[in-house]
Amino acid sequence: MKTPSPNRRQILATAASVGGLLLVARPASAAILPADLAAAIAAFTKGAPLREGRVTLEIAELVDNGNAVPITVAVASPMTAADHVTAISVFNERNPQREVISVQLGPRSGRAQVSTRIRLATSQKIVAVARLSDGSCWSRTVEVVVTLAACIEGES
Amino acid sequence: MARTLITVPPTARAGEVIEIRTLIAHSMETGYRPGADGKVVPRDLIRRFSCTYDDGASQQLVFGAELFPAIAANPYIAFSLVATASGTLRLVWEGDNGFAQTETVAIRVS
Repeated sequence: MKTPSPNRRQILATAASVGGLLLVARPASAAILPADLAAAIAAFTKGAPLREGRVTLEIAELVDNGNAVPITVAVASPMTAADHVTAISVFNERNPQREVISVQLGPRSGRAQVSTRIRLATSQKIVAVARLSDGSCWSRTVEVVVTLAACIEGES
Repeated sequence: MARTLITVPPTARAGEVIEIRTLIAHSMETGYRPGADGKVVPRDLIRRFSCTYDDGASQQLVFGAELFPAIAANPYIAFSLVATASGTLRLVWEGDNGFAQTETVAIRVS
């Protein structure tokens, strides 16, 4: 058997380092979103700058069944009359429609948290955006891998 | 009438934050999915959910939600509210094809 040429070793080393870079880059950033998703979010934020933080988005990173995926969105907020979350909206990247759910809250909610179950057509990014009573908007983006897609393709 | 499942804590202290969990039987047909005959199944969704808290002193909308096709069949929604006084919660689901369902649950606050 021939010993591997330096060229092949170089390629392997490069491949390994690229893989490392991909791992580092994995936490999703809201800065690089597709245009239609960015437009849907802009319609919700009404022009307010989107900042990352304060929002937590609980969803399984590896989804076995995209037909019903439990998701919980919570926002760090005292929920007083002066400082509360007025709305939370969840968006997706690759379902047929960008919006998932949009909820209205107030000081009577006590806690800025909502749970539901959603459909996911394929592996994609999920973005949760919260609008606060002072008008600022906060977001959190999570990337999920879906192994069995929700049935938008029909029963085959 | 669709079947619903609503979970409210049996008792709560005044000022306590309680979690309300709701589930309603509904297919949430997306309007993107072809059926067995190859034709697209027409859209049939619940579009809106709301919860009004009547605590004797006032009636207030404490939670509202707009639902889209990405919500799974048999929509489950859990949210929280501040228990102020004993009263009733009015939960309303509204959707396509004139779907409307209202459920009321008593809430006991000590």
